[in-house]
Amino acid sequence: MTRAAADTDPKTVFEAEEPHLAKRKFLHDAAEHVRDTAHRAFVRKALGGYYTSRDTQQARYRDWEQARDAASLAKWSAVNRLDELLPRFVGNFEANGGRVHWARNADEARTIILGLLRQARARAVIKSKCMTSEEIHLNAAMERDGYGVVESDLGEFIQQLRGEPPYHFVFPCMHVRRDEISDLFGRHLGTPPTDSPEELTMIARRHMRRLYVDADVGITGANFLVAETGQISITENEGNARLTAALPRVHIALAGIEKVVANLDDLAVLLPMLATAGAGQPLTCYNTLYAGPRQAGECDGPEEMHLVLLDNRRTEILADPEQRDSLHCIRCGACLNVCPIFKNVGGFTYGTTYQGPIGSVITPHLRGLADWNHLSGASSLCGACTDACPVRIDIHHHLLHNRRNAARSSPSRLERLGHRLFALVASRPWLFAAGGMVVRRTLWLAKKLPPPLLRAWLATRDLPRPPARSFRSQWRSRP
Amino acid sequence: MRVSLFIPCFVDQMFPQVGFAVARVLERLGHACEFRAAQTCCGQPSFNAGYWDEAREVAARALGVFAGSEAVVGPSGSCVAMMRVFYPQLLAGTPHETAALDLASRTFEFGEFLVERLGVTDVGARFPHRVSYHDGCHGLRELRIREAPRKLLQAVRDLDLVECDEPESCCGFGGLFSVKYPMISTAMAEVKGGSLARTGCDYVVSSDPSCQLQLDGWLSRTGQRPRTIHLAEVLAGVEA
Repeated sequence: MTRAAADTDPKTVFEAEEPHLAKRKFLHDAAEHVRDTAHRAFVRKALGGYYTSRDTQQARYRDWEQARDAASLAKWSAVNRLDELLPRFVGNFEANGGRVHWARNADEARTIILGLLRQARARAVIKSKCMTSEEIHLNAAMERDGYGVVESDLGEFIQQLRGEPPYHFVFPCMHVRRDEISDLFGRHLGTPPTDSPEELTMIARRHMRRLYVDADVGITGANFLVAETGQISITENEGNARLTAALPRVHIALAGIEKVVANLDDLAVLLPMLATAGAGQPLTCYNTLYAGPRQAGECDGPEEMHLVLLDNRRTEILADPEQRDSLHCIRCGACLNVCPIFKNVGGFTYGTTYQGPIGSVITPHLRGLADWNHLSGASSLCGACTDACPVRIDIHHHLLHNRRNAARSSPSRLERLGHRLFALVASRPWLFAAGGMVVRRTLWLAKKLPPPLLRAWLATRDLPRPPARSFRSQWRSRP
Repeated sequence: MRVSLFIPCFVDQMFPQVGFAVARVLERLGHACEFRAAQTCCGQPSFNAGYWDEAREVAARALGVFAGSEAVVGPSGSCVAMMRVFYPQLLAGTPHETAALDLASRTFEFGEFLVERLGVTDVGARFPHRVSYHDGCHGLRELRIREAPRKLLQAVRDLDLVECDEPESCCGFGGLFSVKYPMISTAMAEVKGGSLARTGCDYVVSSDPSCQLQLDGWLSRTGQRPRTIHLAEVLAGVEA
């Protein structure tokens, strides 16, 4: 499996990797992946269970579509009032005893977190699942500075042992078979082989318990930041984030600025939607609100709590009214789960932190349109993602918007010429009819010596034999 | 009613029989059909590729072609979605905006027109075959057409309608996507085409000749049984 050499060095992906090769790599990896039919079938089967439970849970809502309206409105009103809600959140969070650090980009966020680790005289760090940390390639930066870092989410732990980034931003190791996990644990942890998911979980759990106690710092993400109360909300299924946040001396949370919501009422709409759309659950097993470090008189909790608020070009999306709603994203992964492109090319082919449709929308904003527009092109625009999105992001139309923006800002000269020519022909019915006739009459020849695009079609698909006469011509002589 | 036929460019050139089937069904129901020969293409290829200036030129021209028509009916969910959903967006803020909205309100996909506008489900057709219906994504998700074609098929004599196990999956055509990303497009055809073939149907019925091009191309190349046929051809009773 080819994949980004992501976590060896933070510079490799963001700075040093040649971004202009991203498209070529995508095409290569996609071609390789679709040949692996067993893997594609495995991923489709893995998602089969999700569809069933998602449908069951959605049916329990009195009106799922109205719930989507409510969730979308909650995020819309927050994203459009960031200037008001972020300061309110920060004020309340700091009043609870937490400290906020603003990071304009990935580099600043890494520097802040490494500084906090030094300040805490940390040696061992435990982490719970946090895609924003993948976005800034935090693990690699911490390891380079000599910190031992362990991912405590089971899926992320498996990926860490495999030396791979998450395959899917909610189901990080959905592509890994159970026997591969058993072998992996055998190699790294010396445990005997087993086929039981419960036993595999217990192996990881036993391994992890001591690490929570030994860790000086726990790093988590945050699913929502509640402005009204200054709390951060973390959703998880394993209880590992609670231990990560509560046991070490210092808790550092990392979140994008778009994670803020106005109040607990909005959170009450979003939490079940996240669970249902993301994993087909009525609610995720653990939904915890963290309100600052250990308070006077409390017997547990961290001594310090820090929150790093990351921009990393989110404000550029905010400045684009057309695509601002992509900041609604609650990272549920529903759009990946229904996406035929994702299911057929797999998570690694994208070469991005955020895979699937939403990743194809936002990556050009986060990392440059010229180098990443091919992800918007790699879509049949079927719209399954948009229908699945619990917060009503207009995902597949944003792919169209990216294509349009790219055609404006960095048009291919050949393509532009092609579309000029098309407009010219389509504006002249006689030319269109004549051109059509020429194409129909010479198709047999073109099939023998196909130009590139026709060759791409004919490699796997037949073309019908063209009719002798077009509709327009036959209609004219209709009795 | 006087219906103005909207014959998409590739239907004109590659599938003329679909256009005639549409006319036959509508005329059998007592409606008159006209074909305005100035029409060419809706502009979707340029629109989807991001070349909106070029698409706008083509779209603005199409507004003129269909001006004043009572109803515009096309046998392609995709091309109808271009006119009904995307013209108003493409031409928003231009002098053509009002005309685009006006045309959108008069434009219908063939099956939808019969069921929703004319209130007809039984057109008196007979088609003694087992068929499965393929939802084109533009029809399904841009126009929200799901029941109309099925109602029409259920009313056809001797027709056995079976659903596949991937009813809402895309066939992978996607216009230029099919040749710019042929490996992904083909993988999608394998999933959808395979699902349709497993139903054991004789025909895959579609409301989108572009999906037919993709599915038929793959089914034919891989030597599988079902052929594709347009809904209008089934309703016109060509296979009596």
